[in-house]
Formats: sequence, structure tokens, C-alpha cells
Amino acid sequence: MKALLIGEYKNGHIDESFYELVGFANKIGASSVGFMVAPLDVKPEYDGKVYIADISKAKDYNPKVHKGLILKLVEKENPDVVVFSHSSYGWDLAPRLAAALRAGQISEVIDVDNGEYIVPFCNAKLRRKVKPNTPKAVLTLQSGAFAPLKNNTAQIEPFDYTEEDTNLEFQGYEVAEKTGVDLTKAEVIISAGRGVGKKENIEIVRSLAKALKGELGASRPVVDAGWLDESYQVGTTGQTVAPKLYIACGISGAIQHLVGMKKSNFIVAINKDKDAPIAEVADVFVAADLLEFIPMLTSKLTK
Amino acid sequence: MNILVCIKQVPDMESKFKISSDGQWYDQSDLTFKINEYDEYAIEEAVRLKEKLGNAEVVALSIGPERTKEVIRKALAIGIDKGVHVLDNDSHEKDPLQIATIIANYAKDKNFDIVFLGMQSQDRASAQVGPILSELLGYNCVTTIVGFEHQESKVNVKRELEGGIKAKISVKLPVILTCQLGLNTVRYPTLPNIMKAKKKELNTINVNDLLNEQPKVVNLQAYIPEKKKGGILLEGKADEVADKLISILKEKTQVLR
Repeated sequence: MKALLIGEYKNGHIDESFYELVGFANKIGASSVGFMVAPLDVKPEYDGKVYIADISKAKDYNPKVHKGLILKLVEKENPDVVVFSHSSYGWDLAPRLAAALRAGQISEVIDVDNGEYIVPFCNAKLRRKVKPNTPKAVLTLQSGAFAPLKNNTAQIEPFDYTEEDTNLEFQGYEVAEKTGVDLTKAEVIISAGRGVGKKENIEIVRSLAKALKGELGASRPVVDAGWLDESYQVGTTGQTVAPKLYIACGISGAIQHLVGMKKSNFIVAINKDKDAPIAEVADVFVAADLLEFIPMLTSKLTK
Repeated sequence: MNILVCIKQVPDMESKFKISSDGQWYDQSDLTFKINEYDEYAIEEAVRLKEKLGNAEVVALSIGPERTKEVIRKALAIGIDKGVHVLDNDSHEKDPLQIATIIANYAKDKNFDIVFLGMQSQDRASAQVGPILSELLGYNCVTTIVGFEHQESKVNVKRELEGGIKAKISVKLPVILTCQLGLNTVRYPTLPNIMKAKKKELNTINVNDLLNEQPKVVNLQAYIPEKKKGGILLEGKADEVADKLISILKEKTQVLR
């Protein structure tokens, strides 16, 4: 078994998710080589060869060019699996590569057992066991699902780039203005989800946060609905947090939210739906109507 | 301008799911179905573009059993011009490459300039159909867009990355765009538009006329995951549950003393 691990270089460094791919290869007992589009002087902490395409030529985002590079590398290295993180880079590129290779792709792998892959579905309420039906397969791994593995400095091999794509022009990044608090440093976070029902009810959650001397957080639907701005958002596209206490109020627990908060030391979920996937990670699950329960809890805490 | 919007009918994610009797999928009886949330943003963006351009036709395509017509009707009521239903009673058994192939075979001779899709479905969440479709049709593709602006022969989009960062991308037509939540504010169909939608064209094509691809991924088993071991469930009177929770927090965390 041989794995080609597609790393990501962003914000001036190798993204830590690369080492989760290494951990995955180790877990399935595969030999591996790495690839990333990065500056040629990067130093991945990886016991093997990493092919580097020069980022100044191949650019941060140009799927056609990146796909072309990986296809060439697949030809050279003949891996059984090509492995990406299930990130904005991975879910964009992996299907293009799979289609070009006529290979089966399995998205968002959270576990593996003897060539059978486990993936969540229906908002992580259910799981599926699947396997590829093709000689090669393309995988994307859920962030945090596999323990990272770091070791010696990799052997770097520059990988030539010849293609161009004039159809698509990357014009830079837009970074959200930080108006809220830095949730990554908070010890207590009380987050509001879609289950709070309406904007006014955020205040109930805010009062609980105040009573516990914590910070207010939110899940994506609350931000999309405009009830709180995006600086409050916890999850894949928001902040990744690890407080001592995390209380999820009316949050069902979509995988993107779980990824952002599951490292919290102690997790309390308040939700009417006992089958909500947040129950998978909760230390305490309070099955209650939060509009009744939270004010009660807040008043007891402030007494 | 020719615009295609691909939509999927999915169960309400708040549902209590059961595994189907063959152990391969969720039991589809007794579920409430609706438009995949991500696709609502795709429909809205297509209708807005049509309203802006004036001379555009927007077609909505959906694959699934007879009940799938409900979501196409809703799309027509929002402002889509024409519906295409690909009748497939076993659409849940198709892998993303097969789904993309069905769409590509429908679209290949119709010169669509823009194809909008949700970035993923709420049930399968593979996020593969859009990018695979772009490979099959040879179109450009940008995934996970949260901003869209059309400008003659190109579109300027914002693509959502991790940590609240967005990439600004300008891309030439024809293009496939997958829509992320929050791209726009989705409108509700009005009663007059619901009435008008009943007269709009809705054609049905059998899946066998469009599918010529075997699955590349095999489904082995579906199951309900175990809950966290040792997790405590509290239920009952709010007053008593609040007391219990406070004592647990005092015992197990250093937050309350």
C-alpha cells in the first residue's frame, strides 16, 4: 500500500493537517510520499520525501494547475491512495483529481478498518462504511480524526511545473475584521445555535455567559442569519476553541461545528433533540427546552 | 444566458433517523423532505442573476423518485423558468461520479454558461458533484462561494476558506459554482408565484437515458453511531435539572466553585 499525501501550505507555514495525513498513512501501514505547493525551502517534519511545487509559480489557488501537478506525480509514484484533508483545498481539488483518474473518492473519512472507510452522513447523525471499487482511490480526511505524526526533517524534491490556466485569476484574500473577542483564549464559552429560534433569544444565552464569566460564541446558522457577526463563530470556518467549559445551546452538532469545539475540556449540550449529534461529544446532555431551562440556570447561578 | 441549477431533495436533518431494512441507508419512509439548504442559495443566486440580466433562462434539474418534483415546483415558484426531473427511485444508491455523469449527459449539448449547485448535500455531504461535473463538462469551477458578481464573459466570486478568510477569484465562463451557506438571503415563494409555477414546464427523463457509469465507491453498511461513553443525560423538571447541572459543574470543572 502506498499513499500520496497532499499537504497544504497556508499563511506562511505548513498546515498542521499534513501531519494528520502522515498519521493516517502510518495507521493503515502504507508507505508514503508527500506533495505540497509551497516555497522550496520548507522543512516538513516527516520521515520521507516531499515533492514541492514552487508556490511562486503554481500559486496558492489554481485548481487546474495543482491538479495537473498531482496527476503527473500520480503517474511517477503510482500510489494506491491519494489523501487530502477535508478542507476548502481538499474538497475543491480531490473530486477533480478523482474524476480525472476515474477513481473512487471517499470524502470526510473519520476512521478506517481493513480497507473499509467510515464516513459520517446526515449531519453526522449516521455513519456509513464504504470502500472504493477502483484500483486507485482519492480520500479526504476529516480534520482531527487521525492523530498527527511528526518526525525527522523531510527530503525535499522540487517538482516541475509547466501548466498554466488563464481562465482563472486569483486576486488575493479578504480577511474578516475581528470585532469580537478572541475565543481561542476563553476559558468558558457559551454558544448559541439555530435552536435559540430568533435573534432576541441570543440575550438569554448572553446572560448565561455573563453569569459564568464566559464568552458568547455561536454556530454557523446564527451567523448566517445575522443574529451575531462572524467573529463569534466556532467551527471549521470560524474559530477552533478549547476552553475548560463549553456549553452548546440549541446546537445540533454539525460536523463543522464539532471540529471547532470538540477539544473543549468539558462539554455541556442543551438541546430538545436527544439524537442530535452533539450528544456524541457531550459530557452532560441536558434534554430541555432551552428558553425555559437557560433562564432558570442563569438565575440559580446569579443568586 | 443559459443557467442551470442542480438541486437535491433531502430529509429534514432534525428527523429521528432509522436505518433502512437492507442496512445500507436511512429508512426513507416517514421522513419530511425539503430542498437541500445549500441549493436554496444556488436557486436564489440564479434567480437574482436572471432578474438582473433580463434575457436569461434558468433551468432547475433534480434527480430522485417521484416526490422530487416537490422541490422542483418550489424552485419554479421562486423564479426558475423550467424544471427537469430525472426519475430515479434508487438515486440514493448512486455515487457522486454517477450523479455528476447524469447531470453532464443532460447538460452537454445545451450550452449552459453558468451551473449553480449547493457546495454539498445535507445528507451525503460529499461535496464532490460540482467539481466532478466541471471535469466531465470541461468547465471552470469554483467551490464554496459566498460572494458572486457577473461581469460580461466572467464572474467574480469570493470563495470561503477556513478561519473567516475569503479568496477573491475572477473566472471565465462557462463556469460551475458551488454555493456555501450565507451567499445571499433566500426568498420565500409568494402565493401568486406558486400559482404561476403550476403552469411552468416540468419535464421528466428516465435516469437510464442519462446514466452510463458504474459506481466507483461501494456502500457496505449504514449505522447509528454510539454516543459518548460516560456522558450524563439530564432530563426532567428545569428547576431540578439546573441544580444537578450546577453540582456536576462544581465537581468536574474548575469553572464553578
